[in-house]
Amino acid sequence: MKSLKDLEAIRQRTLQDVGIRNDRKGTRIVIGMATCGIAAGARPVMMKFVEEVANRKLQDVAVSQTGCIGMCEFEPLVEIYAPGQEKVTYVKMTPEKAARVMSDHIVNGQVVGEYTIGSVKK
Amino acid sequence: MDLYRSHVMVCGGTGCTSSGSVELIRLFEEGIGQAGLEKEVRVVRTGCFGLCEMGPIVIVYPEGAFYARITPENVDEIVQEHLLKGRIVKRLLVSDAVKEDDTIKSLDEVDFYKKQKRVALRNCGVVDPERIDEYIAFDGYKALAKALTEMQPQEVIDVVKASGLRGRGGAGFPTGTKWQFTRNAVGDKKYVCCNADEGDPGAFMDRSVLEGDPHAVIEAMALAAYAIGADQGYIYVRAEYPIAVKRLQIAIGQAREYGLLGKNILDTGFDFDLDIRLGAGAFVCGEETALMNSIEGKRGEPRPRPPFPANKGLFGKPTVLNNVETYANIAQIILNGADWFASMGTEKSKGTKVFALGGKINNTGLVEIPMGTTLREIIYDIGGGIPGGKAFKAAQTGGPSGGCIPVSCLDVSIDYDSLIEIGSMMGSGGMIVMDEDNCMVDIARFFLDFTVDESCGKCPPCRIGTRRMLEILERIVEGKGEEGDIEKLETLAKNIKAAALCGLGQTAPNPVLSTLQYFRDEYEAHIYEKRCPAGHCKSLLQYTIDEEKCTGCSLCSRICPVGAISGEVRKSFTIDQSKCIKCGACMEKCRFAAISRK
Repeated sequence: MKSLKDLEAIRQRTLQDVGIRNDRKGTRIVIGMATCGIAAGARPVMMKFVEEVANRKLQDVAVSQTGCIGMCEFEPLVEIYAPGQEKVTYVKMTPEKAARVMSDHIVNGQVVGEYTIGSVKK
Repeated sequence: MDLYRSHVMVCGGTGCTSSGSVELIRLFEEGIGQAGLEKEVRVVRTGCFGLCEMGPIVIVYPEGAFYARITPENVDEIVQEHLLKGRIVKRLLVSDAVKEDDTIKSLDEVDFYKKQKRVALRNCGVVDPERIDEYIAFDGYKALAKALTEMQPQEVIDVVKASGLRGRGGAGFPTGTKWQFTRNAVGDKKYVCCNADEGDPGAFMDRSVLEGDPHAVIEAMALAAYAIGADQGYIYVRAEYPIAVKRLQIAIGQAREYGLLGKNILDTGFDFDLDIRLGAGAFVCGEETALMNSIEGKRGEPRPRPPFPANKGLFGKPTVLNNVETYANIAQIILNGADWFASMGTEKSKGTKVFALGGKINNTGLVEIPMGTTLREIIYDIGGGIPGGKAFKAAQTGGPSGGCIPVSCLDVSIDYDSLIEIGSMMGSGGMIVMDEDNCMVDIARFFLDFTVDESCGKCPPCRIGTRRMLEILERIVEGKGEEGDIEKLETLAKNIKAAALCGLGQTAPNPVLSTLQYFRDEYEAHIYEKRCPAGHCKSLLQYTIDEEKCTGCSLCSRICPVGAISGEVRKSFTIDQSKCIKCGACMEKCRFAAISRK
């Protein structure tokens, strides 16, 4: 038999899984997954984000993909859409960079300036 | 548990299942496996999304991409483009989902959903109905936990009363009051029953709730049991709803496993268990006393009231019986409070109502709207209007117990009292839309034919009276109507309403009375002019060839299956009315529009 506590535990655990069905609320991590992105290694980057979201038990963060963003030389590209904030675009991502974006930007709200498109172009 | 980045929700309601969604699920799983995405993307079979016309429906999250009318050939493209490369296949989305700037709308922005407010259907299409964990994730069983640990049974009833919830099965009796009567009744044992014997032609909202969110009904029944002091419940569901029955069985099994049904629920000392009883397809078993007779294993016949079920119901014990949709609102009311629920709807009809839109309408399907929405909004904004640019004539609500709402009442607010006022009723929520081609006399005949078939035969007013009414209507549509028929119908209707034993008979004349109220001229045209204004009643139709337009090509005479058309080539042809069977084949094929139907 389940207790109230068990019930709450099931709720939290499952919510993480089904949370993405809440249409367009919370933060979205969008990864460019066209041929150029995939070739440049976008899939491991995306899987890193998924893994991080799972490990941190984040409920309002969705990992999503998009097609070619148009700057193939900077792939893998990742865009972060947070409610009420401007879009942030990260370039030439790796799984390691993804982990840092996760902890600094998604969790703590600090944009990782050195990975953004603005700093690369300079 | 593994986390998936994307969920492919495939509708597994009855509508989409019959248009092939099971095969789609298999193909998606196969395609996702081949693309190596099985650890990233999960395929979920859900309940009904409501837009049955556009089925099979597939929604992909997190993008919220709403794919419509998906065929097995489309699956590979969605897997390759959307799931693998992240490019939404816009061509396959529901037609208005792509915005001008080429981005896609979220679900609640799509026309069909924009004006809807989903309370009873909130989980349909959102959760996997066969996984109790998903129901729990969306605050499932939280209301039960709250009631058992923080509320007295009387408080539960007080909240339901204050919410203003009324029975969604059709009659609109205040739910809280019903529970209070049953709580107050003296009895050593009490029962909670759920009426899932949805019998109105065209109504399928109860089926969709059971298919899409079975735990909502189970939780609400447990709440009702706690409130009135019962420990056993029965769900009476039609055997014609196999998917609903199967999901209920799974749901009950899972709830028992989690200890949410059974002894000492959530360690509070409260006991409650549930069983399913299958109905054998008799319409009268949707009537509460007949339903309880049927559960007891007796013949499904009504018994006189009083005593009401609240005092003497199932097995002679005090019983609460509510409809599926009524139950689907309960947990939300307990969780969000009476004020939240009462803030939706009109003064006397609170909350939302689910309607099954059918007939001559573009978006056939299930819609849930706040009470007080107008018929015009339902038909034109949500339903997408009438196909083929035809004119709206009437909407039939309440099935065989209800009536018609004519054009003049398009702006009437949809709530219990306004509908009664205009001679119709809320009913369980079937809404059949009719256009200029529907004959109202024939509609009345259709519904009466249904009630004659379904009358259990126990009381003479219903058994004999409805049969006599049907005979008169059949004569009228066959062109054999006589002067005085309308008056006879009215007298019979009045007497049947007053004398029949149960709701079936008492409401059976309603379709005739309401069509007489708004479309008396159609009855008169049939009887006195032997003419069907809608051009529907075959016996009253006549196909004629316009001499001016006929070129004498002889096509019609070659097509006519009974050889009723004759003439000389290059001269005008004629139809022999005594031979004509009014099939309309000649009119369909004539290239010069020379044949008309009157």
